[in-house]
Formats: sequence, C-alpha cells, structure tokens
Amino acid sequence: MTRTLTTEAGAISVEALHMTMRFGEFTALDDVSINIQAGSFHALLGENGAGKSTLVKCIMGFYHATAGELLVAGREAFMTDPKIAQSLGLGMVYQHFTLVPSLTAAENLVISRADAPGVINWRREREKLAQFMATMPFSVPLDLPVSRLAAGEKQKLEILKQLYLGNRFLILDEPTSVLTPAEADEVLGHVRALTRAGEITVLMITHKFREVTAFADEVSILRRGRYVGGGKVGEMSVEEMSRAMMGTAPEVSKRPRAATNGREIMRLSGVEAQDRTGLKTIRIDEISLKSGEILGVAGISGNGQMELMEVLTGQRRMTGGEITVNGQPFAATRAEARAHKLRYLPEEPLRNACAPRMSVAENLAFRTFDTGGNGRTRFWKDDRAIARNASTLIEDFKVKTSSPAARIASLSGGNVQRAVLGRELTGEVDALIVSNPCFGLDFAAVSSIRDRLVEARNNGTAILLISEDLDEIMELSDRILVMSEGRVAFETPIASADVSEIGQHMAGHG
Amino acid sequence: MDSVEIGLWGVPLAILGGAIRVSTPFIFVSLGECLTERSGRINLGLEGTLVFGAMSGYAIAYETGSPFAGVLAAAVSGACFGLLHGWICKFKGVNDIAVGIAMMLLGMGLAFFFGKPYIQPVAPDLPSINFGWWSDVPQVRAALQVNVLFILGGLLALAMAWMFRSTRVGLTVRVVGDSTDAARAMGLDPDRVRLLSTAMGGALAGVGGAYLSLFYPGSWTEGISSGQGLMAIALVIFARWNPVNCFWASLLFGGAGALGPALQSIGISEGYYLFFAAPYVLTLGLLILTSSPDRAMQGAPLELSLTK
Repeated sequence: MTRTLTTEAGAISVEALHMTMRFGEFTALDDVSINIQAGSFHALLGENGAGKSTLVKCIMGFYHATAGELLVAGREAFMTDPKIAQSLGLGMVYQHFTLVPSLTAAENLVISRADAPGVINWRREREKLAQFMATMPFSVPLDLPVSRLAAGEKQKLEILKQLYLGNRFLILDEPTSVLTPAEADEVLGHVRALTRAGEITVLMITHKFREVTAFADEVSILRRGRYVGGGKVGEMSVEEMSRAMMGTAPEVSKRPRAATNGREIMRLSGVEAQDRTGLKTIRIDEISLKSGEILGVAGISGNGQMELMEVLTGQRRMTGGEITVNGQPFAATRAEARAHKLRYLPEEPLRNACAPRMSVAENLAFRTFDTGGNGRTRFWKDDRAIARNASTLIEDFKVKTSSPAARIASLSGGNVQRAVLGRELTGEVDALIVSNPCFGLDFAAVSSIRDRLVEARNNGTAILLISEDLDEIMELSDRILVMSEGRVAFETPIASADVSEIGQHMAGHG
Repeated sequence: MDSVEIGLWGVPLAILGGAIRVSTPFIFVSLGECLTERSGRINLGLEGTLVFGAMSGYAIAYETGSPFAGVLAAAVSGACFGLLHGWICKFKGVNDIAVGIAMMLLGMGLAFFFGKPYIQPVAPDLPSINFGWWSDVPQVRAALQVNVLFILGGLLALAMAWMFRSTRVGLTVRVVGDSTDAARAMGLDPDRVRLLSTAMGGALAGVGGAYLSLFYPGSWTEGISSGQGLMAIALVIFARWNPVNCFWASLLFGGAGALGPALQSIGISEGYYLFFAAPYVLTLGLLILTSSPDRAMQGAPLELSLTK
C-alpha cells in the first residue's frame, strides 16, 4: 500500500498504531489503528461513547495513551502535551467554539498566534490578514465581535484560525452540529477543496452518514472502543457503515399519523420584537397553530427563529402585536401557560429550561411542585410526589442518570433533552412549543424524541416545531413555514412541500 | 491679596476645581478595578487597599521626606494586597467577592493599627502644577491647581485603553476575562493573568490612597476614604469597563461631590448634607437612564461572577 506522508502544498499524514486507552477498569479505546494519509478527508464514525473523542484526544496529547504509538508524517511522535501536537502542525476544531466572544475576528486570530507581537501594529496586521484571506476559499467579517457572528461564520472562523496558525492536520469534532444543512454543505465543501489542493489533511468526527458519503475520501468506524470497519467511502454502502456503527441496522420507525381535528389553539398577529443585536426588528404577521398538527418553522439560524421562541416563552419583550391562546390574550406568564396547558422545550434546555445545579427529580417537578391535586397552589412541597414523578418520567423517557438526586447538569445533552421533554409532556398538554429538539444528539436519541413528538401530535397536541434542521422539519411537519430576515416568508402544507423551493425561501430568494 | 467678587461664577469654578481635586483617587481606583475586572475577577478589597495606601504613603513620605517615595510605597503595598487577593482566589470554590470583603476589612484594620503614630506628624505634600498663572482671580487660580497625579491618571486611562486595543498584554487580559476555556486552549494560564491584573489593580488603588493622604485632604486620618474605594468599583460598571469612560465618570463624580462645598461658598448652606449625596443620586439616575430591559450589560467581561 502506498502512503503519502506529506503533500507538496504541506498537508501531513498521521497514523495511529494499536492505540489503547484505559481509565481504571474501563477500556475506552482497544487496540485501534487508523491511517490518515496526507491530503485526505478522513471521517471517523461512531455512536456517542464509541471512543471517537478518546482517540482524538490521544492524538492531540490531551490524554496519554496507555499503549500504542503515533506517527506524524512518518516519524514517531510522543504526544505528552497538547503543545507538542501544536508544534507538529496538528490542530483541532472543537464542537463548542473556542473563540473569545467579545473580541473581533481579527483580534481573535492575532492573539491566538504563539508569536503575537507585544505591540500590535493593526495597520500591518490587517494587511497581512487581508493577504491571508485572499488565499482562502471563504471569508468572514473581521471587524465584528465574534458574539455577533452566526454559527456558520464562527465555525468557518475556527477553521480559518487553524489554517492561520499554520496547522496542516485538522481534527474537526462534529463541525456541523450547530450548522444548518446549507451552511454545513458550504463549510465542508470548502474544507474538501482544501484537502484536494493538498493544503491540509482532515479527520472529521461525525455521526451523519450523509456528510461521510458526500465529502469524505475514507472512513473509519468505531464501536465500543474498537475499530469495526472502514475503507474508501465509495466502496462502502450506507447500510454497511450503519451496520458496523450500530451493530445492527437502525430501526426506522414508521410513525403512523392519526387524523386529528384542527381547532385553533394559538394565533400570533403582527408580533414585533427586537432581534438579539438590538438593531433589527422581527415581525410575524400571522401564525395560526391548530390542535393535532405539527407546524414546522424552518429557516437558517439568525433569521429570527430564536427571537420568536423567546417571545413565546416570555424571555423577550414584545414591542407590538398580539398573541392569543384559545381566543384570550397571552403574555407568556406561568399562570397563563398553566391555564392554557401550554408547554415548552427551548433549545439548550440546560440553560433555558433547567436549574442546572438542582437535582434531576427537582427539575422534573418544575411544572407540578406547587400545585395540589385540586388545582390550587400548595405551600409545603411533597417530596414523595416529586420522587414518584421523577421515577416514572426517568423510566418512561429512558433518561440515563446515576440517581434522581444527581444534578441535572451532570447528564449528557440527550438525557437533559429527554428529561425536559418528559416533564413538558406530562399531564394534559394542549400545545407544545419546541426549538431544535435534536441538536447534537445521536441517532437513537433523535429517533426517540421524534417518536414522542409525533405521538403527542396524534393525541391532539398542537406542536410548533422551530428547527434549523430541514430534514427534521420535512420528516415531522404537517405544515411548514419558512422564516427569513425576521419574517414569515413562505408557507406550504407538507403534501406540496418541495425542498428546493423551501431552500430558496430560506436563503431569501422567494 | 484682593478678593475679586465673581458672584455666581464661583459655583461652576468651584465644581471644576473640586472635580479635579476629588476625582483623582476615583480615577486610580477605578482604573485598577477596570483592569482587574477585565481579567474576569472582582476585587472589592480596593477600599481597604486605598486606606492602607493612604497610611503607608503618608508614613513613608514622613519618614523619608519625599512624597514620591510615599506614592511608591503605597503602590507596592497595594500590589501586595492584590497579590494576596489573587492568590486566595486561585483556589477552587473561593468566591472573589467574599474574599474582597475580607480583604477590605483587613486592609482598613491594618492601616488603623500601623497608622496610629502618624495621625499627628505632618508629611510633605505632593507638588501640583499651577495652570491658573494667567489669571488674577484667586478662585480661578485655586481651581486650576492641578496635581501631577491627576495628569498621570488621565494619561494612564489613555494608555490603558490603548493597551486593551493594541498590545498582546491587553488582548491576553481580555481573552482571560471573556472565556477561561478559550484562554486555556490558547495555552494561557488564566490564574496567573488574573493574579497579575489584581496585583496591578491593587497598586493603582494604593496610589489613589497616597493622593488622599498626601494632597487632598492631605493628612492621614482614619475616616480618610469614607467609601470612595467602593464607589470607584461601582463607577467601573457605570463606565462599562472602558478606561477612558472611567476617567470621565470619575470627573463627574468629583464634580458632583464638590457641589455641596461650592454652593456653601456662595452662601447657600441649607441642605448641605443633601448636596453631599449628589454623586450617589447622580449615579443612580445615570444607571437607570442608560439601562435597558432588553439587553444584557454591554461590554461586561463574561467571566465576571457578576454576569454569571
């Protein structure tokens, strides 16, 4: 087998041989060998907990592997410290952003350099940055604080930063989990162009088959810490990959849909609010949500969906217009939400819908702890009822927690999401407002949450589903709205929905 | 010297003079706190540092006969207090605000303890520059007696703004103040940056204290600060963590503080104590006017325990 150790344009190869990593009794990584050739786009597939992160952290020197060796550009390297990886040209783009929010993109780039000058001559640095940007396939606004950039721009900036630092082997840790499909395609397309040009080698952690088949050259699959398959992407079918990754092919649930009566539950008319920058207003002329339907709101991130969600949950002040629920004005107070049986699953539930340091049981009781059976409020809390409620929900919604008394912040993202969904779906629910319910979750978790949503719909709950994942919208919705530039740009029933037409409206070409 | 009758003009003049005189300790303490907070930590102990700086500065100036040696001593003692605060806060589970309150009481206690013998003696004053030489009006001349430390404070505000924008040190402090994770990923040591920022902040607060005892009011007493260190910390928030704004806000505070004495000088003495409250009323009013129900605090360093 021929091996490319380096390319002319500077990409380098990395080879891990018989890597094993044990944490006490637990073997996170068991004799894994992978070979990533210079200038290739290599995908690392696996479920959550398959050992992908462990392998990558061993390569980057964050962990010291129990056994095994690492070859960088054909030479043995001892990664005892992340700085060694950096000095060899290995860089990593993390799932969460490591940019500094209040610094501008330019400041972020310059300060991340190890040889940042003591006194920064901004004129000269700016010229150099402009030269660097001219050689890159994509650009980002350099003078805005990073906090004002959209998720896609931040992700691009993270990649640019690695290239700016001169790294030639990039590890991308689920780079598209916070991006819309269009943004993801754009970013990955550019990354692939860079690998084709031999500028960089890329190892991408993912669990999306579509990204593997569309962009990667080669794939390695891990399951429970072992290497279970891999090879050239063209030579493996999605079924083969998925069988290797999951052990068996995933069950695709059919999700039967019952016919439901369509009584109007919620109506938004002329709702106005400031967007998060405070510079623009979003304006929703008319949205009507009916019982027993899933109304999908699609859109590229930063087009007002987050603000819409915040208005509906009462986190953002409305500057105009009216929301009515069951014909009565609605100001998103707890009492009103309770009276109208309206529930929420906001995005990032740990931040928006939980008290992170309180226990799982307490968090699960947020809707019920202050009511007695007769609908009146109660003064003393009933610990036994809270414990009962917690154990039922933990079991019903398959929340993996060490105990109901554990802090909810110690749960993984998928489990927090399921716990909050469980809480919000207990009792009678007339309307549920959900935002990006499946962000960053693995295949099994996504599937179980979607099953729950459809089940609630079939029981007559009105669901407003705000999501940046168009596949999710297409899969679940009965009716689709598209938001663009803070307005509802397009509406279609699912029967006549066409992805390319929706995509055009999302991009603002209606 | 003939007293020239200038009537109501005396009020704005007295306020101007007062602003320049009273604001200097505010400038130093708020710039010090601005630096510390930009690195992601709050040092409430600056009130204690200010008082100890006033005492040590006065004592050393008296012993050596040089007011500048006193200023230097105050800066060094302030830096020591800052280092202690920064070192304690490094430990896990330590709250910087609680440590700050303890440090405030410690600083004041130590200052009163060591300062007892220096209440009587007279130490040399810091020199000032007479910018009012062109005028015959004594009130004008009095108002324009500008102390060197005031000028230094103004230059320091500009220098610090430049530092935050265009030097590696400044950007490093901002990175640490905004995101500990990002700082670690860059290979920076957040605890060290915060330790040094707190030490530097303490040194500046010490200099502010030396101004109190060595120029205005110009002697060491136990009630010398009356909470100016704490007000300067509030002022940083009001100035939105911008050094140049800290300078202007300090001037505004100083001016408002001089309102009472200025009105008294033209014979309005009713409500004298009410006018003393002017800076506080002004702060409250301005904070309410510049706040917004929709936006979070702009410019606040994200690692600050205030904003978490």
